[in-house]
Amino acid sequence: MVKKIGILALQGNFQNHKLILDHLGVESTYVRYSSNLDHINGLIIPGGESTTMTKLIDKAGLYESIVSFAAKNPILGTCAGLIMMADNAMDDRVNTLKLLDIDVERNASGRQIHSLVDTLTINYNDVQKKIDVTFIRAPKIVRYGNNVNIIAKYKGEPCAVQSGMHVGLSFHPELNGISIFHKIAFNNIINNRQELHAA
Amino acid sequence: MSKGSFDVKVGLAEMLKGGVIMDVTDAKQAKIAEDAGAVAVMALERIPADIRADGGIARMSDPAMIKDIQNTVSIPVMAKCRIGHFAEAQILEALEIDFIDESEVLTPADEKNHIWKHSFKVPFVCGCRNLGEALRRIGEGAALIRTKGEAGSGNIIEAVRHMREVQSNIKKLTKMDDDELMAESKDMGAPFSLVQQVSNLGRLPVPNFAAGGVATPADASLMMQLGAETVFVGSGIYKSDDPASRAKAIVEAVTFFEDSDKLLHVSTGLKPAMKGLDISEIPEDQLLQERGW
Repeated sequence: MVKKIGILALQGNFQNHKLILDHLGVESTYVRYSSNLDHINGLIIPGGESTTMTKLIDKAGLYESIVSFAAKNPILGTCAGLIMMADNAMDDRVNTLKLLDIDVERNASGRQIHSLVDTLTINYNDVQKKIDVTFIRAPKIVRYGNNVNIIAKYKGEPCAVQSGMHVGLSFHPELNGISIFHKIAFNNIINNRQELHAA
Repeated sequence: MSKGSFDVKVGLAEMLKGGVIMDVTDAKQAKIAEDAGAVAVMALERIPADIRADGGIARMSDPAMIKDIQNTVSIPVMAKCRIGHFAEAQILEALEIDFIDESEVLTPADEKNHIWKHSFKVPFVCGCRNLGEALRRIGEGAALIRTKGEAGSGNIIEAVRHMREVQSNIKKLTKMDDDELMAESKDMGAPFSLVQQVSNLGRLPVPNFAAGGVATPADASLMMQLGAETVFVGSGIYKSDDPASRAKAIVEAVTFFEDSDKLLHVSTGLKPAMKGLDISEIPEDQLLQERGW
């Protein structure tokens, strides 16, 4: 069976993530129902509004199923996706999935007028690379546990983290056509695909 | 480092996709909207149905009211300025509003010129009735387009007309040869580079939302199926009998816009929708959609 990545498509910029996966030659599908999780090998939680996602995850009965999916499969979250993956978003309006041992502060970078594109240096295994990414009303990671690996920092603070199989970003690489975080999070799936292509 | 670039403006519009943006007139309504799952709120003093009923000049809202709403909710807050009234827009930018709607719902301040939106750091959304109008606004710097519909009417017919018009104009462009595009650009009164871009992309270069007349979950689904990427709901929520339930139902209808079982479920048992107006009952000089060009 060809491995497939799901993109949570309740609200937000799920289409931008599909374009990245298409570009990588990886099969993808939108996830709106629990049953969609049965046929995928990884999940992306996109940007959008975490208060809206909280309501819709609840209405769609997806909370428990995403948590059990995450026990065996990798998840990548960007911006609101990172907030949803956090242990604590310090806000009653958001019911997080507790997949990353981090606490986040929503909209910590301010309103839209403070949103920006900037250059980050990522450090992952032996890879060191400069990339441009977009921060939109971005959250901040205000606490992280001992087992959390910092992949990138912005102005001295962690903005890209990995914990176990899961990767969370406070920014949007997908708005700049950057796919390195998708490759890191879905290492197994994407490499398998490339091997298939080679064969 | 770039703040306020066109890409950063469009970036926020991308995050609002698949959502509902609700008109609110005070902090209490804003809280109801956020609790219902709105992706953003539009802060304004009077909803379009009341502006229509009251008459007089409709202006930018009191900054104190907008600030109160900003302090209440965590989702983006939008506000309206009059067409061409760049001083109102400057005040809204100083308030750090997340999106400015240069809106036909307010009384226009300039008959000829819309705001030059590129000179602002905050993004703008503008209304349109067809592709030419959409591309003129994008040329001026709009990062998000919404079809106008007829605000405050509770009648979806104009929103449908405008969305179908935009989509069919786009389809037409994608089938044209390069040598036909200049004449089309002249006929539409739209910038040539944007006409070329739409012809290549097969869509607008910025997100395309729907507004003006959405009153039910079915209306929201209809607009999404016709190609809207998010829905603005104004009078439709707070002119209905049970705003909170209706707001929640419309949020679900946008996410599951193609799922008829889900639509049936969320449409069932809602208290009455706003009454609404037949477009022919509105005197021609009071049609809001005719404002702007």
